[in-house]
Formats: sequence, structure tokens, C-alpha cells
Amino acid sequence: MGDGKAVGVVLVSHSAEVASSVAALAKGLAGGGTAVPVAAAGGTEGGGFGTSAELIAAAAHSVDRGAGVAVLTDLGSAVLTVKALLAEGDELPADTRLVDAPFVEGAVAAVVTAATGADLATVEAAAREAYDYRKV
Amino acid sequence: MLDADFFRRWMTATAAAVDREADHLTALDSPIGDADHGSNLQRGFRAVATTLEKESPDTPGAVLTLAGRQLISTVGGASGPLYGTLLRRTGKALGEAAEVGEDQLADALRAGVDAVMALGGAAPGDKTMIDALVPAVDALGDGFAAAASAATEGALATTPLQARKGRASYLGERSIGHQDPGATSSALLIAGLVEAGANGG
Repeated sequence: MGDGKAVGVVLVSHSAEVASSVAALAKGLAGGGTAVPVAAAGGTEGGGFGTSAELIAAAAHSVDRGAGVAVLTDLGSAVLTVKALLAEGDELPADTRLVDAPFVEGAVAAVVTAATGADLATVEAAAREAYDYRKV
Repeated sequence: MLDADFFRRWMTATAAAVDREADHLTALDSPIGDADHGSNLQRGFRAVATTLEKESPDTPGAVLTLAGRQLISTVGGASGPLYGTLLRRTGKALGEAAEVGEDQLADALRAGVDAVMALGGAAPGDKTMIDALVPAVDALGDGFAAAASAATEGALATTPLQARKGRASYLGERSIGHQDPGATSSALLIAGLVEAGANGG
């Protein structure tokens, strides 16, 4: 368990609608009143499909409560942009991690787990485990 | 020796070449990508040129680090973090020297290309920018013109390859027969070295 501060969750998609809808879904499934800070960083700043380093950095800072930030992405430039920002070292809050997880299922697992007061490593593990839940 | 002005000229020459070739890059990106490579890179390198003019960094390393950071911020597609990482890592490898030799640039650029391969997971032959950049770095010991020729040949040689990274890889065998847009823009970047050297003060 953490020390009362919630892990932040950032959802990065090529689409603003996908990112914000998955954020709403994950919060809803965690119980609407959850105190977990979740931020969406979808699309480009101009509103098109793509990835914005600025939106990602702003989202990560907005959910940082000092317990770490878990970032989940969809594909391609979303993954590469977060990795490039992490390599830079100073554009994202300290203790920000790119979590290797399926986007929707991983987001739900991350937010539900963070809502229990779990620390970043536990949130990351829960999101990763979403890959193991086979559907067929 | 190569000073900060040389590196500024390299970036502005690349920005001009990307402007000139933007439609061509986007056309190459239409059958196997999402038809935005030219416009994305154009936006990115225009921002690089503007930032370099405004902030006038005074070492080779600072020019490339700033340019790389700007590309990551403004491109909006996968080429942003890839080219951004290339320039930033190359810049970091150049350190804080006021002037660097061509051999130092070759070593630094190799470190940059290695970082791109680590970031995107691409290897030579995957039909990506790596197919232009690796031959260019290998030829850099023979001068900028040799590197530019090697990059262009590398880009042309991507046509018969099947894409194994990025969106084009979803197309499988249907990606064969198209020249890779990222390798093509990488050849423009390397050609910018020739122009920067030719226009030296």
C-alpha cells in the first residue's frame, strides 16, 4: 500500500475521443467517486489524430500527486513519443512509467488498482496482467 | 572543424529540402502509410528553423539537442520521436565543444542512429529510415558527399523490401514495391550535410 497518495494514470491515444472515453470508462468501472487522478492525452493539439508531446507532459503533471504516474498508450507514435520523453529525463514528473499493457483493459486494471491505494509497481503489474486475460 | 554555424546550416538546409519535397514524401506515405509524412516533417523542421533563429544555441551539441527536442514537440507522428531522438542523441554525444571534427560527427551520428534503433526496434532491412541512415554513417568517413550518396541508394533500395516496423508492416507483402518515406526523408537529412559544408564561411 502507498502512503495515502494515489498513483496518477495517463491515457495516450491517437484520438482525443478514445483517450477521454477510456478514461471515463476506467473511472466508471472503478466506482464513479474514485479519487484516482486520471488524465487523457489524445490526438494532436490541433484536434487531429496523432500524438502531442505537450499534451502528454501536461496530462502527466496534472495527475502527479507524488506517488508516481502510470502512462498507458495505444500504438506507434504514442509509444515512441512517451519513450522519447522518458529518455529526456526532465519533461515528465519523476517516477513516470510507460506501462506495457493493452489500452482499454490495462486502463481499467490500473485505475481500479490505484483506487485501492496501491503503489506504482502494483498498479503497473495489474495493468500488465491484463495481457494474460485471454478471451477465447 | 565544424562549428555551431555549420550545424545551424545543416538544419536549415534540411528544413528547405523537406519543404521542397513535402508533397513527394506524403505521396510515398500514401500507399503504405497514413499520408502525413511530408506535412508532419515540414511542420517539425519549420519549427526547428524558427527556434534555432530565436535561441541561437552556441555549440554544435546544443544546436542538435534543441532541434531534436523541437521535433519531438511539434511533429505529431512517429517521425517526431524518431528524428528527435536521432538529433538529440547525436547532439548529446557531441558534448559541449565549440567545434567538432568530421570524425567526431561520424561517431556521434552513429550513437544517434543506435538510439533510434533502440527506440523503434528497427534493424537494417526492415524498410525504415535505418536503411538510409546506417549506410550513411558507414560512408561518413569518406566525406559528406559519399554519405549522401549512400543514404540515397539506401532509400532507393527499400523499394523491394517488405516492411517489418510501423504502420506499413500491417500491409505485409503489399508493402513491397514502394519506396519507404522515412528512408527518403533520412536521405534529405544527410544531403543537408553536403549543403551545409558547401556554404561554409
